[in-house]
Order: sequence, then structure tokens, then C-alpha cells
Amino acid sequence: MRHGNRRLDVVLILGAVALTLLPWYRIDGGFYGFGWLAGFPLSTEVAPGLVQIAAHGRWWLAGVVLLLLLAGAARGMADPMRRGAALAWLGALGVLFLSLQGLAIGFSGWTWTISESLFGALSDGQPSMGAGAVLSAVVFVLLFSFGLAERGVMKGDAFVVSAISLLVFLVAVFVFYPIGSMFAGSVQDFDGSFNPDGFIRNMQDPGIWSLGCVIGGGRCGVAWRTLWLAIMTGLGSTLLGLAFALVATRTRFPYKKGLRLLTILPIITPPFVIGLALTLLFGRAGVITQGLSELFGIEPGRWLYGLTGIWIAQVLSFTPIAFLVLIGVVEGVSPSMEEASTTLRADRWRTFRRVSLPLMKPGLANAFLIGFIESMADFGNPLVLGGSHGVLSTEIFFAVVGSQNDPSRAAVLAMVLLVFTLSAFLAQRFWLSGKNFATVTGKGDSGAHIALPRGLSIGVHAIVIPWGLFTLVVYGMILVGGFVKTWGLDNSLTLDHYAKAFSISFDGSIAWTGVAWNSFWTTMEIALISAPLTAIVGLLTAYIIVRQKFTGKNVFEFALMMSFAIPGTVIGVSYIMAFNLPPLEMTGSALILIACFVFRNMPVGVRGGIAAMSQLDKSLDEASLTLRAGSFRTIRKVILPLLRPAITAALVYSFVRAITSISAVIFLVSAEYNMATSYIVGLVENGEYGVAIAYSSMLIVVMITVITGFQLLVGDRRLRRENRVAGLAPSRQEKTA
Amino acid sequence: MINQKAGSVTFENVKKTFGAFTAIPDLSLTIEPGTLVTLLGPSGCGKTTTLRMLAGLEHPTAGRILIGGKDVTMLPANERDVSMVFQSYALFPHMSSLDNVAYGLESSGLSRREAREKAEEGLSLVGLAGMGGRLPAELSGGQQQRVAVARALVLEPQVLLLDEPLSNLDARLRRRVRTEIRELQQRLGFTAVYVTHDQDEALAVSDRIIVMKDGEIAQSGAPRDLYEFPASSFIADFMGEANVIACEVVGIDGAEADIRIGSLTHRVPAGRAKPGAASLAVRPGAVTLAEGRGEGLAGRILHSAYLGDHVEYEVETDVGTLFIVDHAVDRILPAASNATLGFKNRGIALISN
Ligand SMILES: Nc1ncnc2c1ncn2[C@@H]1O[C@H](COP(=O)(O)OP(=O)(O)O)[C@@H](O)[C@H]1O
Ligand SMILES: [Mg+2]
Repeated sequence: MRHGNRRLDVVLILGAVALTLLPWYRIDGGFYGFGWLAGFPLSTEVAPGLVQIAAHGRWWLAGVVLLLLLAGAARGMADPMRRGAALAWLGALGVLFLSLQGLAIGFSGWTWTISESLFGALSDGQPSMGAGAVLSAVVFVLLFSFGLAERGVMKGDAFVVSAISLLVFLVAVFVFYPIGSMFAGSVQDFDGSFNPDGFIRNMQDPGIWSLGCVIGGGRCGVAWRTLWLAIMTGLGSTLLGLAFALVATRTRFPYKKGLRLLTILPIITPPFVIGLALTLLFGRAGVITQGLSELFGIEPGRWLYGLTGIWIAQVLSFTPIAFLVLIGVVEGVSPSMEEASTTLRADRWRTFRRVSLPLMKPGLANAFLIGFIESMADFGNPLVLGGSHGVLSTEIFFAVVGSQNDPSRAAVLAMVLLVFTLSAFLAQRFWLSGKNFATVTGKGDSGAHIALPRGLSIGVHAIVIPWGLFTLVVYGMILVGGFVKTWGLDNSLTLDHYAKAFSISFDGSIAWTGVAWNSFWTTMEIALISAPLTAIVGLLTAYIIVRQKFTGKNVFEFALMMSFAIPGTVIGVSYIMAFNLPPLEMTGSALILIACFVFRNMPVGVRGGIAAMSQLDKSLDEASLTLRAGSFRTIRKVILPLLRPAITAALVYSFVRAITSISAVIFLVSAEYNMATSYIVGLVENGEYGVAIAYSSMLIVVMITVITGFQLLVGDRRLRRENRVAGLAPSRQEKTA
Repeated sequence: MINQKAGSVTFENVKKTFGAFTAIPDLSLTIEPGTLVTLLGPSGCGKTTTLRMLAGLEHPTAGRILIGGKDVTMLPANERDVSMVFQSYALFPHMSSLDNVAYGLESSGLSRREAREKAEEGLSLVGLAGMGGRLPAELSGGQQQRVAVARALVLEPQVLLLDEPLSNLDARLRRRVRTEIRELQQRLGFTAVYVTHDQDEALAVSDRIIVMKDGEIAQSGAPRDLYEFPASSFIADFMGEANVIACEVVGIDGAEADIRIGSLTHRVPAGRAKPGAASLAVRPGAVTLAEGRGEGLAGRILHSAYLGDHVEYEVETDVGTLFIVDHAVDRILPAASNATLGFKNRGIALISN
């Protein structure tokens, strides 16, 4: 128990620090400015918890003190089971108490009438939680975990119990609390009282639900248009993806390597860039539009601005993703199945139709659902191309930032969007799971895939080659676009756009005079901070999911993965609804951006981590445990070194995603913390296409540099390492969750 | 210097369930300090589960576990004074053998230099002095196995646990390594719990064998006791093959008993036998075989197979079909011929319950 006492002491001391040495409430000037040290500890803004109780009338905080004192008293209990129970209860009560007092008491007193009538009115309210309050919440979570560990939960492993509890706590705060606040906000008035009018009005809005385009008379509601677009995008990208996958694996096409390069494009392309490039090609002033009008006198039209344009942009954007998914599926069809079919007198066409295609069906459905979810969540392309009649994600945006400023409308639209994406996600999870016929076993499945039937082969080439060329042209536009003066009107080459964005002047010291630098450095800073955090949270979660068994694990994993299916726009709206007022206030800070990135990108780290960790023999960790190493040392010394490729992947991915994402970010940026993507969107709205595209290509170049840099750094070692692991630990393969 | 401190092990009414499945219903056992005790039993009988509960890798659903007299039931694996040699060795592939052996020492708080010195010592103890720089992938299977043993031993645990430590070695190496392990154990005097499903291995290395079946102890005792006085036909058959046939104990004379098998009478060690109907375990090599009909138990050859240094027969008799190993390879009785069977003095045991 000596060990248990030491960690308990540390946490109790932290609890004391939280109450006495840190400002309990949020500091307006920012905690890390340390401006608060001046007024510490007596002024009411920066006083610690104890002083707040004694001198400033925040008597309710005494509950926190009481619970911590009780925990200190419980430390002396001899029986570990009873002490564990006491600590777990105190920790749980502490978290509950902190949340309740935070929610119940706002700036100006009670937020709930029920508590006001129970306890009488308060003379003064409280600001948002600050360092002291947050630290004490963490202390309570840890007390709860240590208590459970002492009772033998998770084999008494305090590190694992704490990690699980903290993760659940963080996901609750940063995923479920915002979504809940959004739901609550949709039925509240500005002053916070219950008022479902706005909710009901919006729910019945024909602008959302009208079926006008089907039954005649006008446009369809935005919900149906979004759904229609998502279905078409899903179909389009799946079909194209399949054609690409077939060409890449079943033909003698000479540029297969080039095709595979396609798959990294969507990772490094900010989502609206495709829309931007399309505008430069087909917009009213686009090269092709202008060319056609000059040559053939075709009137420049506005056809690109609407669902058609968004659809083309989305299919361009998401075909590579479908391609990536379907390569695995097409290769996964066991060649022996196809060979069996040919020996049963089926010709190539019959074999493809009756054997190969049905075996690929679940994979195709999966690719469709991915395209569907991506299209629903896409914000950049509709913003650039949608004009005034957008889709759900852009409507949500305009409901919040536009002149309407109607949070309950935003919430209703977000709910509709959430219902669509979550249904697709659930379908993917439950309907498709267990229907996977692909047989990538790792056992050398001998035999070769049969060639495609002749007609089909010609068909897929006829799709792939033009579309591939089209993609090349679009990306070419992005790279060239920044060097052209004014597209369509004055096609002479210039460096002006780059100069405007990225100029530097040396005037004694370096001055970053370009307009882009500010947002560029903010983006880099935030991406660099959030990438390692994302990797840590993601891999820790993967470790827990693969290596630990506990009741509720499936729910835990499911909830985490589900947060991935929440569109960025919804996250954005819910964050500003949740984190704008006490008890937690983060809008306008860098913190909210970092939190958003960490919890949005974590699921990818989780997946990568799960895949990598499943290949490590579990007896390696167990050996480490029996060699006196705790879980933390085991992770640091054994698992992490063996997981290096997965860590790199998670780092690169979250770094890149933090640079390219726009949908949630655009709600959360502030004048001080503006991100590259939202800045570029602003440029587009002002019609400064040249600078926008120059900035975009700069971002792409930076990301390519980062990715190849990482590849060069770790690429070589990683192969050797992996071989070694595979050679030593073939005995047991954990089932991947 | 590596100084082992031998601890005892006690299980008190330990129960372990996995969900609805009960792997160990109710297990109580005691292991004396300084002995090597084998858990033996068919696959799936709960040996590994028992060992892992002792290591702290699984926690019992009910009951208590004591190591060296101290209750460790709730203690996590890294705070227990035991160490384990894994079936797959579980050597860390990214560390040299020296680092592997030093790993546990550093975890226990030794400085890096001390840990390495002691690890060198551990490696020379298992005959791998000078191999410390090699990665596990650069060692042969037997060498990897010895690194795994050294890694566990240098921690001077009260109890060393070994889970089928030889199963990844080829047959020839297996015999040598098991002798080495036994020698090391006797020289250093530590307590060891050894899991295997191979009764030869168990007989060769153990001070005491605990035979398990369906999560319960079927019988425990010295190797010789188990072989000569099996408590059940399961034990008799599991401890080296045995034909189990019915017999009658007609009289007990001190340590010996007279029994009747069909028409034949015979004298065997009595064990705990009582007069009346009983079962008899007859080892395949304990039967003599003569051509034609004569004095003894009449039999008819069903099947014979020549295996170089011996011949295997299946012989039909009045008391059942017997499996017999005969070393007279110059004379092979053909199938369907008649034979006369007799019993040798060794290799016949009364089953005591
Ligand atoms: N983690 C587990 N979950 C569920 N069942 C298990 C687990 N570990 C072991 N079992 C079951 O418990 C029984 C005993 O297993 P084990 O102790 O590994 O047997 P063995 O004697 O072969 O080492 C087996 O039936 C096995 O299927
Ligand atoms: Mg086993």
C-alpha cells in the first residue's frame, strides 16, 4: 500500500494547491499571461477557492473543501477495500458537485428557478471556472480512479483506471456536453428560460422540409437537397473509386503508381480548394467558360453555383477516399474464388458478375456510406460554390453568423444533419459489420486475380483516364493559379499574389508584412500543439481498447467512434453554444481550437493505434508487468518504441488535419486566433481568388514537405522494426475491435 | 551475486470466472518454499489461468492468494514478488538481450549501471556471457529461452513462474533445456511453478506434480506416487499411457495386494486399495506377449505396427482391448493370430478410488 499512499498524497496536495494557490475563476487576460499574480490572492477576480468562500461570499464552494477534507481523512483508513470505496464515492461526488454548482450558478446568480426557490436568491453569481476549479475537477476524477484501483478494479492498476476515467471525463466535457448544450439551447430563449417556440417554428419550416421540387411548385427544402446531394456524391465517388481500384489492381495500366499517389491528395487538400479551382475553370470568369464564349459564343452561365457544382467538387474531393477503401476490397477478394468459378465453366464476365462483384458488395456499401458522410459534413465546397442556396452545413453557418443570428435555427439544422450522418454511421457499424467477405488473411493465398472482361476493361479505362486527367488539371490550376494576374480577364503571369500574402521586409529586424503570415503562424502553432495531444489521446485510447477489458468497453469505444461521425459544423455550433458562458468559457481562445482538433481527429489515431497494437503480442506487456514495470513504464518503454510508425502516422495526420479543416474552425476563430483556412475563405468571399489560391498552394507545399520529411526520418527504421516484431510474435493475434 | 529467496505459495478457495464461464471453480493448494511444482493437465484445464492469477495478470473472482505468507490477492502484477517466463518468451524485440535482462532491475529502481552489472551476471548464469549485445532476433530459439529465464531470475523473485517454457523448442533441445532449468532451480533453491501439458517433462523436473482437470485438482503428489498410485483412471491414462481394466482385489498382505484379472492372478503394490472390485492401470510396456495359446490371459492380435525399436499391438482379450508395446522386434505377431498375455512386476497399478 506504500505505493498507493504516495500517489494519493500527491493528488491530495494538488487538491490543496487548487484551493489555495490558483485563481479559482477564469482570468480574463488569460492564465498564462500571469497578470493575475498582481492581484493575488485577495481581489475577487483572481482569489483562490478558500478566499472566495471566506471573503467574497461564494459559500457554495465550501462543498469542494469539505469533500477534499473528507478524502484527506479517508487516507488514514486501514482496510483497502473500505478506503477504496470511500475515495471512489468522494471523487464521484466531487465531480458531480462541481458540475452542478457550475451549471446552477451563473454570472448573476441561480440559473435555475428551482434552486432559487429552494435556497433563496444569491446576492452574487460566479464567473466561469478557472485554473483552480479545473484542477480540483481533475483531482476528484483521480481520487475516484484511485479508489476503484484500490478495490481491485482493472487488476488494481491505478494508471489504467485513471486514464479511462480521464478520457471519459474529457469526452463528456468536449463532445457530449457541447452536443447536449446545443439541444438545450434550441429550446431556450436568450435569457436561458425554456421557450420551445423557435424550435417548433424551425422544425416546421418549409425552407427545411419542403418537397416542392417533387410535387411541383418550387424548390425542395434544404434537408432534402442535402440528402440528395449526399446520395449522389456517395454514388459518384463509389463508382469512380471502383473504376480506379479495378484499373489499379486488375489491368496492365502503366501508371498504377501515379494512381496510388491520388490517394494522398484529399489528405493534403483543404476541402474548399477544389471548389475554388473549379470556379477558376468553369465560373463565369473561368478559363474554360471564357474560352467557350469566345470560340463558340456560348453565353457564360451560372450553372456551377449550385448543387451541380458542389456535386462535381465533392466527387473530385472524395473519389480518392473511395479509391483507397476499394483497393483493399478489390484486392481482398480471394483469387481462389475466382479461379474456382472459372473451373466451373463460367466465363470472365459471369465470374465478375456472379462472384467478384457480390463479394465486393459490403465494401462498396461501406465506400458509399463514407462518401455520404463526407458529403454531408463538407462545408468548404458548398460555401465556395453554393451561393445563397446552400446545404445544411452552410445554412447552419449562416444561421449563426449571418444577420439572422438564430441559434435555435442553427441547432435544429444541426440536429437534422446529425440524424442523417449518425444513421449512416449506425448503418455502417451494425448492418455492414460481420458482412465482410474480403479475405486478407496474411496466409499466402496463392493464385492470381483473373483479368477483367474485355468490355468492362475498356469501360473502366474510359472512366479513369479522363477523370484522372481532369483531376490533374484541377490540381494544376491550384498550383498555377497563384501566379496568374486575374483569371479569365488578364492571364499574364505575376508574383503579386504571393508577394501580397507572404512578403517579408528587412528593416533592421524581420517584419512579416504579408497578409497571410498572421494566420499562417497561428495555424502552425495550433497544429503543432494539437498534433502531439491528439496522438497521445488517440493512442492511449487505442491501448485501453485493445489491451484492457472492462464492462462498458464497447459503449466507450462506440461513443468515441461516434464522435467522428459528428459533422464539423455541428461541433462548431455546439462549441460556441457550450463554451461561451459559465461554467466553461473558452470562445475566442486558442484552447477551444486545440480542444476541437484533439477531439475531432482523435478517432483516426485510435483506429491506427488499434491496428498497430493488435499486431503486438500481448505477452510483451504482460512480461513487462511481471518485471515490476507499471503500465505507464510499460507503455513508455515497450509499447511506444514498437508503435513508432503508428505514432508518426497519427502525428502527421492530426497536424495536417489541423491545417486543412475548416468546418468547425470557422465558428471558433477569433481576430486574435485566425486560422489559415478561414482566412482563405474570407479572401474568397472578397473575390481575392489569386491570393486565396496562392495561400492554398503554399499550405499544400508545407504539408507535402512535412509528410515527406517524416517519411524520410522514420521510414527506413520502421520496416526493420516491423519485420522483427512479426518474426517474434506470430503466436497470438488479438481480435481487432 | 544472485541470491534467491524462496517463498511459499497458497491458494485459498480461489475461484475464477470469465463472464458466464467458470474456469476455476474452487482451488486450494499450497506450495512449499524451494520446491519445483508442476501444474499438469490437458489443454484448457486452467493451468495458465492459475499461473496468471499467481502472477497478478488475472485477478480471482473469489478467494485469497498468498505469496510468502503475504496476502497479494489485490496487488497488481508489478508489485508482486514473482516473475514469469512466458511461453512465447515475450522478449522485447527492440532491446538487446542485456537490456531485456536489465529491464526488470531498472523497473525495481536499480541504477542503470547496477542493473547492467547484475544483468551480465544473469546472462552468464544461463551460459550466455558475452551475448548481451544481440537483439532477440539474432539469437536462436534456445538462447532466447535462456534470456527469458535470466530476465526473470535476476529479479530474485520469491517464486518463478514458467508457462510451458519449452513448447517453442524442438524435441532434442527440449530435453537439454529442461535439465538446465531443473539444475538451476536446485542450485539456487528458488520456488518454481511450472506449467506443462507434457507428462514426461513433468515427471523429469518436478518435486511435486499437481494434475488438473476442468479447473480442479485431480491429484497431487510426488512424480512416482502419481505414476504408481494413480487416484483415477484419468490420472493413470494421463501420466503415461495406460490400459484401464477391471479387476478384483482378493486379499491384501501388508504393502502388497493380490488381484484377479480374468483367469489370471497377480501381486501388485497395495497403495490405498480395499478388497473388492477395482480398476487396474496397465502400462503398455508391462505386458508380456507369447505366441499361441498357453498359460495366461488368452488374446487375439487385432493390429500390429513396427516402429523400429519396438512393436505396437492391439490385442483383444476377455477383459477388453489392450494396447501393448513389445520390444521383441525380431518376432512380429501377425494380425488375427492367437497370443498369450502375462503381466510384469512393474507398470501395473491399482487405481485407488
Ligand atoms: N481471457 C479469457 N476469457 C475467456 N475465457 C478464458 C480466458 N482465458 C482462459 N479462458 C478459458 O478458461 C479455460 C482455461 O484456460 P487456460 O488456463 O488457458 O487453460 P490451459 O490449461 O490450457 O492453460 C479455457 O476453457 C479457456 O477457454
Ligand atoms: Mg496454457
